Amino acid sequence: MERPLISVEGLARRFGDSAQPAVFENIWFGVDRGEFVCLIGHSGCGKTTILNVLAGLDQPSDGAVIVDNREIDGPSLDRAVIFQGHALLPWLSVMGNIAFAVSSRWPSWDRAKVADHARKFIELVGLKGAEAKKPSQLSGGMKQRVGIARALSIQPKMLLMDEPFSALDALTRGMLQDEVLRICADTNQTVFMITHDVDEAILLADKIVLMTNGPGAKIAEIVVNTMPRNERHRNDLHRHPQYYAIRNHLVEFLVNRSKAFDQEIADGSYDPRRLKLVKPGLAAVNPPAEVVPLRHTN
Amino acid sequence: MATLKSSLGLRAALLSLLIFAAIVGLWQIATQPTAGTGPAVDPEYAKLVGAAAATGAKSAMPTPADIGATIWKHLMDPFYVKGTNDKGIGIQLAYSLGRVLLGFGLAALFAVPLGFLIGMSPLVYRALDPFIQILKPVSPLAWMPLALYTIKDSAISSIFVIFICSVWPILINTAFGVASVRREWLNVARTLEVGPFRTAFKVILPAAAPTIMTGMRISVGIAWLVIVAAEMLVGGTGIGYFVWNEWNNLSIANIVTAILLIGVVGLLLDQGLARLTKLVTYPE
Repeated sequence: MERPLISVEGLARRFGDSAQPAVFENIWFGVDRGEFVCLIGHSGCGKTTILNVLAGLDQPSDGAVIVDNREIDGPSLDRAVIFQGHALLPWLSVMGNIAFAVSSRWPSWDRAKVADHARKFIELVGLKGAEAKKPSQLSGGMKQRVGIARALSIQPKMLLMDEPFSALDALTRGMLQDEVLRICADTNQTVFMITHDVDEAILLADKIVLMTNGPGAKIAEIVVNTMPRNERHRNDLHRHPQYYAIRNHLVEFLVNRSKAFDQEIADGSYDPRRLKLVKPGLAAVNPPAEVVPLRHTN
Repeated sequence: MATLKSSLGLRAALLSLLIFAAIVGLWQIATQPTAGTGPAVDPEYAKLVGAAAATGAKSAMPTPADIGATIWKHLMDPFYVKGTNDKGIGIQLAYSLGRVLLGFGLAALFAVPLGFLIGMSPLVYRALDPFIQILKPVSPLAWMPLALYTIKDSAISSIFVIFICSVWPILINTAFGVASVRREWLNVARTLEVGPFRTAFKVILPAAAPTIMTGMRISVGIAWLVIVAAEMLVGGTGIGYFVWNEWNNLSIANIVTAILLIGVVGLLLDQGLARLTKLVTYPE
């Protein structure tokens, strides 16, 4: 069987001794090349831990992550991380932060070549003219742009994003989402992203992995976003005929099913290795009349 | 807003001047020569403090004007050498400064790398902690006899004392600064596969630099306090020796001059390091 680019196989993580219940266990899923996958679930279910394992920053208690047919055993320049809190080095300028990454990727490059390369990515995220600014002189959105530029500048095989937009105001978040969508489409980037924002997941993701509540969190199922990429636009997402069906499915999961998934396991034929691929968008010929309230809180 | 600020500065300066004038005025009154002659005095004592002072006609304590004249005299010719016990105050200060900077520099060279190690390794931290906790509160002068015995050179011994008193703040601040580098900055380096040396110099050092510099500023302050006492003990040269020598000469004007100059040099040292600290400080 052909493995996807990222293959998560039987992952589990316990904190403390092995008698403790696992935060999550028996996690299996894959991310194909060029695919944009969102992991969605409530806070505390171990989303960030999964991302840290994928990044190589954390070790699983059980299972493995196979990338490009090799088990990962630590961080790699192939897997760039965009951190939730942007994690820029505050004593370096925008240029300095990106040049640090570029010169880590290509240590033999001279200063001018590094700067040229970094400048391309500063322009890509629309920060031309802010090269010399320090992170403290930038707004939250601009800082996150630098974080994105830094991650992209090392031309990784995949991007790992940990709720990259959660600290931003709605307007900035929307603009950055559009840009990430554009950049990922242009570069055919493979992306794994964590979010707890349903609309963000529908806008960005090709597949949405649903995670149940911890402890002992599991992947419940994978929702395929059947809305094609070129039909997803932030401003009229809600007019798309499939939108509400997908959205209601996700909200229903987060509000009710994520808590009581054990019951579903007892009732049905749940196999963590062969997850159900559900396509609620296709099932809906017309959007349902009843709409689940927009916001869920966690 | 600006005018209010400048007027505050102006008023503060005015108040400072007033306080200064009051101190000088009180001093002047307290050291006023008294009329009449007192009882007969021991001629030896009279020789020592001057006839007027010995009889009580003039206080042995110099007046502000005397001090002013002495300071002026010293500032006009700070670098003269007229024998082992008579060198200009500038030369004495230079000796002290040299010892402080040497001892402090050696302490920085020793304590920054060791602090790095302690900050990076919880094992080393725990292993060295009892030593640091016990040795840190010891007065540096308590090391002096030990230093004199083992080194057998008074000049080097005083440098050693400066070294030992400068080590602790730098060591502790470096360890603390290194240990509290934000996890996410280290994670950035890890995901970029940055090697340990590059991480140490490009991430940990700049991140910890403000804390390390603060430790150095504390160290240099303590070193400048300690050098005066150390030089009083070992003698020979330096501003501490100068103060002790002038005490033996009962020249209070010279002692007061030295006190003021020690204060000024201490201030300059502190400001210099504050300036350097500002250079490496980053806003978050």
